[in-house]
Amino acid sequence: MKPAPFEYHAPQTLEEALTLLAEFGDEAKVLAGGQSLVPVLALRLSRFEHLVDLNRITALRYVGAADGVTRIGAMTTQAAIASSPDVRTRVRLLADATARIGHFQIRNRGTIGGSVCHADPAAEYPAVAVTLDAELDLASVRGTRTVGATEFFTGPLMTVAEPDEVVTEIRFGPVVSGWHAQGSAIVEMARRHGDFALAGAACAVEVDPAGRVRSLRLGLFGVASVPVRARAAERAAHGAVAADLDPVAVGRAAVADVSFAADVHADAGYRERVAAHLAGQAVRQALAEARSAGPAAAAGGAAGPGGAV
Amino acid sequence: MTEHQLDVTVNGRAVTATVEPRLTLADFLRDRLRLTGTHLGCEHGVCGACTVLADGAAIRSCLVFAIQMQGAAVTTVEGLTPDGGGLSDVQEAFRAEHGLQCGFCTPGFVVSVTAFLDANPDPSAEQIRDGLSGNLCRCTGYQGIVRAVQAAAHARREARDA
Repeated sequence: MKPAPFEYHAPQTLEEALTLLAEFGDEAKVLAGGQSLVPVLALRLSRFEHLVDLNRITALRYVGAADGVTRIGAMTTQAAIASSPDVRTRVRLLADATARIGHFQIRNRGTIGGSVCHADPAAEYPAVAVTLDAELDLASVRGTRTVGATEFFTGPLMTVAEPDEVVTEIRFGPVVSGWHAQGSAIVEMARRHGDFALAGAACAVEVDPAGRVRSLRLGLFGVASVPVRARAAERAAHGAVAADLDPVAVGRAAVADVSFAADVHADAGYRERVAAHLAGQAVRQALAEARSAGPAAAAGGAAGPGGAV
Repeated sequence: MTEHQLDVTVNGRAVTATVEPRLTLADFLRDRLRLTGTHLGCEHGVCGACTVLADGAAIRSCLVFAIQMQGAAVTTVEGLTPDGGGLSDVQEAFRAEHGLQCGFCTPGFVVSVTAFLDANPDPSAEQIRDGLSGNLCRCTGYQGIVRAVQAAAHARREARDA
């Protein structure tokens, strides 16, 4: 299996890359880590006249943290994210999700920008971005715009990014307040370790000092054409006494308004049952982590009031 | 399509070649350099048989283009054996623990395990299984391979402490 011929461009700067993309329009494709794009090309599911390889643009590889916001350059590899102390302490859900992406050989090349732009409905990073309301910066010669993760994904392997645009940064946070205990969890079910998930769920919860759920964010992936938030279940959990919250019931509520997709791997009914179970499991684990974490998690320190309760 | 000049170090040797952009690193190693120890199974990133080291990191050589290795140092399974012949410690452990049968997947396993043990000198059984998950074997079964990784880790610790 060999990809069809293409012209190769390896710009050193973002500006050069954007100029190339502006010139070639939809005849060009951005090459990030290539762990999804190269198989697509090799299997000839798609072909492009030009590949614009971003791997030489070192300015797009970084993890930065300030004022409770964690900024990740689009070309940061999954391996770099996995080993980043800032990600581990500030965006725990992203760190936990990273360990579930493919295998370590894949994570050495695969990037966060590539993963979100590929927009596989069963992939972990798009799910985490949607669950945590991440923001994405898109750049082109026409300028830069910021898009929320929920708006970014429009369908299977489809996003709002135009052919001449590059995702340059993904931002997480800020944490609402250091007063609240936080917990998160991501769980998924795959036939084989490292495969794309049949279904998965990600949850991030904040519990206030009185023990009430200040916010609960619950995302499902692998179940529909894009990662989805269980908004009704989230609203129902808001303000509830965390200790009284029944994760199984939240999981059932989470799948109520999702129309499940059937494919060769699983029919819709099975997928719905798996997703409900996983959603409940993610909520249970996130709540347990919040209980053991206690208030004033380090991650919120910069944005929070700073004092002890 | 425009060909490009590639300057890359392979197993310690500087190589200069002219390559078509679509040439994968795996095909470059096998067809151009005749380093056929790197095997191709699935050619789309699933099986791990083509694993090589690029600047020390284990990657799938079927999922990168040769031209992307401009300036990099690539190590194939051939580059892991000691100068003058013989087997590396990981290869020795695979032989001792029945970590191979037909041997098709073995180069990929050996390269992956070499990188894995560099990063995890004292791995748990669970870490070993996670570390092996990116390589598929269809005949030996994985028990012997897990034992081989344990044996290689043990041998390295002994050598270090000696």
